[in-house]
Amino acid sequence: MSKLATMRDAVAELVRDGDTVAIEGFTHLICFAAGHEIIRQRRRDLTLARMTPDVIYDQMVGAGVARKLIFSWLGNPGVGSLHAVRRRIEHADPEPLEIEEYSHFGMVCRYVAGASNLPFFPIRSYFESDIPSVNPNIKPMRSPYEGDDEVYVVPPLRPDVTIVHAQRATAQGDAQIWGLLGCQKEAAFAAERVIVVCEEIVDEDVVRRDPNRTAIPGVVVDAVVEEPFACHPSYAQGYYDRDNAFYLDWERISKDPDACAGWIDEWVYGLENHTEYVERMGERWEALRPGERLSGQVNYGDYS
Amino acid sequence: MSSARPAPEPGYTKNEMMIAASARTLAGERICFVGVGLPNIVCNLAQRTSAPGLQLVYEAGVFGARPARLPLSIGDPTLVSGSTAVTSMFELFAFYLQAGLIDAAFLGGAQIDRFGNLNTTVIGSYASPKVRLPGSGGACEIAIHARRILVIMRQAARSFVERLDFRTSPGHSGDLAHDRSRGWSGSGPTSVVTDLGTYGFDEETGEMTLLTLHPGVSIDDVRSNTGWDPKVSGELGETPRPSDEELRIIRTELDPEGVATS
Repeated sequence: MSKLATMRDAVAELVRDGDTVAIEGFTHLICFAAGHEIIRQRRRDLTLARMTPDVIYDQMVGAGVARKLIFSWLGNPGVGSLHAVRRRIEHADPEPLEIEEYSHFGMVCRYVAGASNLPFFPIRSYFESDIPSVNPNIKPMRSPYEGDDEVYVVPPLRPDVTIVHAQRATAQGDAQIWGLLGCQKEAAFAAERVIVVCEEIVDEDVVRRDPNRTAIPGVVVDAVVEEPFACHPSYAQGYYDRDNAFYLDWERISKDPDACAGWIDEWVYGLENHTEYVERMGERWEALRPGERLSGQVNYGDYS
Repeated sequence: MSSARPAPEPGYTKNEMMIAASARTLAGERICFVGVGLPNIVCNLAQRTSAPGLQLVYEAGVFGARPARLPLSIGDPTLVSGSTAVTSMFELFAFYLQAGLIDAAFLGGAQIDRFGNLNTTVIGSYASPKVRLPGSGGACEIAIHARRILVIMRQAARSFVERLDFRTSPGHSGDLAHDRSRGWSGSGPTSVVTDLGTYGFDEETGEMTLLTLHPGVSIDDVRSNTGWDPKVSGELGETPRPSDEELRIIRTELDPEGVATS
């Protein structure tokens, strides 16, 4: 059964006010277009979860869709700060933002616990750190087997909606990813509802020829959106490069609340959809196109 | 508070001095957890000089990276192309880091104390911070599991502090018996390289100890940029300048545009 939808319909149907939303992707495959559509549809009171909130959550927080952030590293990677987020945390400007923070491994294991139907996940992190003192969800626990072996446990994270981007997917939602894998698979399996966005819709045969590359099977997917360049200024390995100049520019834009609001007006509210965003970016795409570096082929074998 | 700084030495920048000095501390290491910015250049320089067999591991989920360009972010696509393995982040943190495969890792922070504890979370109080910093990322677990921690950061009295505003990542406790009883695979910070000098950690107390001053830097420069009375090695030396070969590799191969080194 085809689950193809437009971004507008997928967000309208599957992302609701008050939801916990995870748009995952570690630097790679961050679906900015989905975040923009959530802003455009003026969702409110969302709890936004991501290991690294990145510029997309700075934009969403700046646009007022979120009341809470769950994260492990809060910055503009390689550049500096997320100023819209910082204004709300440091000055409650224009309103407070609740935060709940973990370490990277803690966040990953929250998704793993959520995806595996476990009540908690044990890790050897947080010893002699002040993090558990500001996050009571991180608790010490003694091993039931070796009593003097202490670990910390983190609770499962089960987003209402996870949105992941993939290089390619079938209309049924079988999604194939290469390059950095982040925790998209874990975040998708942990979620109640899943939207897969992709650069290209492909025939089922393409997926079946290379099943090792499938990160997320359609069985856990609710909607599939074909949206080329949906990750800009993040990237899709082999399709377009990370737009580092944009990340550097965002430092200046997000520092100034008016410039930040102006950017959202121009590039989100001012556009109907991501197709218009792609057209408006114009010749920028040419500079972001990588050279070719093909993988070899493997023989899966024919056993008929 | 004085923040007097020595005049720069001719022929190389402060960052180039820090990079060269740090790369030498990686001599003979096999597997290193790399950060972006200076640590990335340090590790790539070490791979070409002091540690030819060095495998570069990035927290984004890459083992054995061979970056063809200077990555701005920790998740640059150049880290993937040509690497030995791409892993999920769960695998990277569980099987590589937590299981104890990582020999050395770089950390830095907004604040460090004399025992190498690091703050990357907040300046001021947690509930109403003066400055909200990025937080842990993987730092608090890297600090526990990597066999040794190498710190590279600029030195100033406001960052080298008597007391951290928040302890994100643990260093030494000041009590050697306690440190030995922790049962961690890591032994904590073993070296700090700043723009003023290089430090080790005292084997008895775990206290940061000034080992060498960079050329042109005086002990008074260090004192005026440290928030406590720094311990100084009885055999205080001078850091060897960056060699011509180190500078050539940095300038022509690793950072030709001078993004991180100027």
